[in-house]
Amino acid sequence: MIYLDHNATTPLDARVLEVMLPFLNGPYANPSSQHRPGRAARDAVEAARAQVAALVGADPGEVTFTSGGTEANNFAIKGIAAAAKRGRLLYSGVEHPCVLEPMRALAAQGWKVETIAVDGEGRVDAAAYARQLTGGDVRLVSCMVANNETGVIQDVAALATQARKAGAPGTTVFHADAVQAAGKIPLSFPDSGAHLMSLSSHKIYGPKGAGALIADRGVALEPLLHGGGQEKNLRGGTENVAAIVGFGVAAELALAELDLRRERAQRLRDRLQARLAGLPGLTLFGARAPRVPNTLQFAVAGVHSATLLGLLDKQGFAVSSGSACASGTDEPSHVLLAMGVPAELALCAIRVSLGKDNTEDDVDRFAAALRELLAGLGAAMPGMMRTAT
Amino acid sequence: MIYLDHAATTPLDPAVFEAMLPFLKPGGVHGNPASDHLEGKRARDAVEQARGQVARLIGAEPGEIVWTSGATESDNLAIKGAFDFYKERGRHIVTSMTEHKAVLDTCRHLETQGAKVTYLKPGTDGRVSPEQVLAALTPETVLVSLMWVNNETGVIQDIAALAPALRAKSVLFHVDAAQAAGKVAIDLRAVPVDLMSLSAHKIYGPKGMGALFVRKRPRARLAPQLHGGGHEQGMRSGTLPTHQIVGMGTAFQVAGERLAVDHERLGTLRDRLLERLRALPQIFVNGEAAPRVAGVLNVSFAGVEGESLRASLPELAGSSGSACSSGTGESSYVLRALGRDDDLANASLRFSLGRTTAAEEIDTAAAQVVNQVRRLRALSPLWRETA
Repeated sequence: MIYLDHNATTPLDARVLEVMLPFLNGPYANPSSQHRPGRAARDAVEAARAQVAALVGADPGEVTFTSGGTEANNFAIKGIAAAAKRGRLLYSGVEHPCVLEPMRALAAQGWKVETIAVDGEGRVDAAAYARQLTGGDVRLVSCMVANNETGVIQDVAALATQARKAGAPGTTVFHADAVQAAGKIPLSFPDSGAHLMSLSSHKIYGPKGAGALIADRGVALEPLLHGGGQEKNLRGGTENVAAIVGFGVAAELALAELDLRRERAQRLRDRLQARLAGLPGLTLFGARAPRVPNTLQFAVAGVHSATLLGLLDKQGFAVSSGSACASGTDEPSHVLLAMGVPAELALCAIRVSLGKDNTEDDVDRFAAALRELLAGLGAAMPGMMRTAT
Repeated sequence: MIYLDHAATTPLDPAVFEAMLPFLKPGGVHGNPASDHLEGKRARDAVEQARGQVARLIGAEPGEIVWTSGATESDNLAIKGAFDFYKERGRHIVTSMTEHKAVLDTCRHLETQGAKVTYLKPGTDGRVSPEQVLAALTPETVLVSLMWVNNETGVIQDIAALAPALRAKSVLFHVDAAQAAGKVAIDLRAVPVDLMSLSAHKIYGPKGMGALFVRKRPRARLAPQLHGGGHEQGMRSGTLPTHQIVGMGTAFQVAGERLAVDHERLGTLRDRLLERLRALPQIFVNGEAAPRVAGVLNVSFAGVEGESLRASLPELAGSSGSACSSGTGESSYVLRALGRDDDLANASLRFSLGRTTAAEEIDTAAAQVVNQVRRLRALSPLWRETA
């Protein structure tokens, strides 16, 4: 199998597993316990906290561990809303479902929730955003650093600066979902201007089941999970020690190998893009915007992704249409619709997300298989493939 | 170091570790269970097999199991989810003073959101009677939340007696079974509980993993608390941690197979421990009059100061009670609710035994405790006065 779906999840790095193993088949105490094994578990959690903080240049005290990116995003959004009580909440139209859905839930509770428009490349429409900010009373802006489907990178620093200037000091909080950006591009929590930043372990070769919310300590945030008083009362529940330790090591490796991974991914994506060039009916999404180097989303007009993905899967290629979370539905991607892509074309989307262990051969074989499948489909159904406008 | 803190957390069962490895090691199954491709399907199949294993231990249907990050999240989801969903019908919740913090803190939070909460005081045996619960109900009551087994005392509540009465009154019944699953027999086909919280790491599974049982017939409704990709029938979003789920499934299967053996063995060890401790006068077993799980023994020692006692036992990993409340310096609210005064509640040790606990460890631990209590008592002017 050739795995090209690293934005859905990444395999656990063998080096991460090595560090996790002792916490699975060795010491096992509860980090909240006061006895010696408990304190050793606590030390391991705190070491991981420093590693995760270092990935984004944050202070360890700004890191709250969660069960993953979804919880981190829910915590950020609902935590701010609960502390602020009233006001407007803004989010870009291309956010992950775990930002969209909490926003919709808050809207159902009476919050004023508004979408920020994006342009054809999926980047926030700066003029529209500025107008929304001048409307006042904005409590929260949530915008992802890099999109999970297209890989398009937002200018978070500029957007956060605008948000900070818009309201009275300290009234507007900026949340950046960095789940798909971490480990792919350099990230600095202090330089981003964001007050809150979400991270996930399993997108950077760490274990599933761990994530973090980085939070500026000046921001009023209500907990999402109550009970037990862990994580300075911000997140109840026994710490998932092995996964947290794994997340820490994965973060350390992601930082150490960032340049290597970026260059490699960039080279492979350029190669893939070159191999696909000239396919009849091909549209690349977000390709004129800055993108994380591992992601390529495209569509071949007239060929539904469900058809193509099934055929690719049979040949041993694991790719997806977009978000794994939306798998199994036949709805067009909300990200592509927000970018103005027609629904019919959006239903043809294919996302290739490369990983640190993919090779040129993987890319070449994928491109060849795709071309062959499309040729076969085209021969079977003449005229099916139209040239996209 | 003698580890007698299995109610705080347990080691992974070797079979659990073995079952998890293929989902961690190079070349193993690493896909996202929500992905459509074959790699995703392999992960999904493992998740569904584990769902069946967890369901089987408690007499549930696989479709009634919702994965969470642990019992704390399960408790939060059950209580907030039910409150949010049913609050137009009523806003009254009944629980007890001896619940886990995950339930109590959640209830206190809901009080700030318009909930009215009754915290029942148990008898000195640690039990809340069904009559007491029924007497607390009002037309506004939408939810009763009680734990099956108390984490500090091991006292078993009579859930089976209460559940049918609550069903008859159409009041939703949530049970925190984090300390019960795998230790007492649970058959939800016979006991009409609506929601039940489960934890993996209390029963030799991995930390960071839990589940909420949500009954299908009649259907218990919840407002989701983690929104996102719509995983877990829309009730709990977030990428499923395959290896942890597989670990929980295996842990529950093993627990089912070992339930009778563990019960027998741990009961014998606990009795042995108590017999050794009885060498001391003026010790009190908390919850003594009630049925308790086999592995937990909570004892108050008159005439010693709790902190000194614990500090004098550096080679004994036990606890004063809940790990979550440790380090706060406060005496156990659970023991105080059972009528222990502050001094006695503070001078308590919870011994929680596990599968790897050996009889020699029990003897060593008991000897250490007996020696240290004697030593501390000899130093205490107060003790000498009363003795």
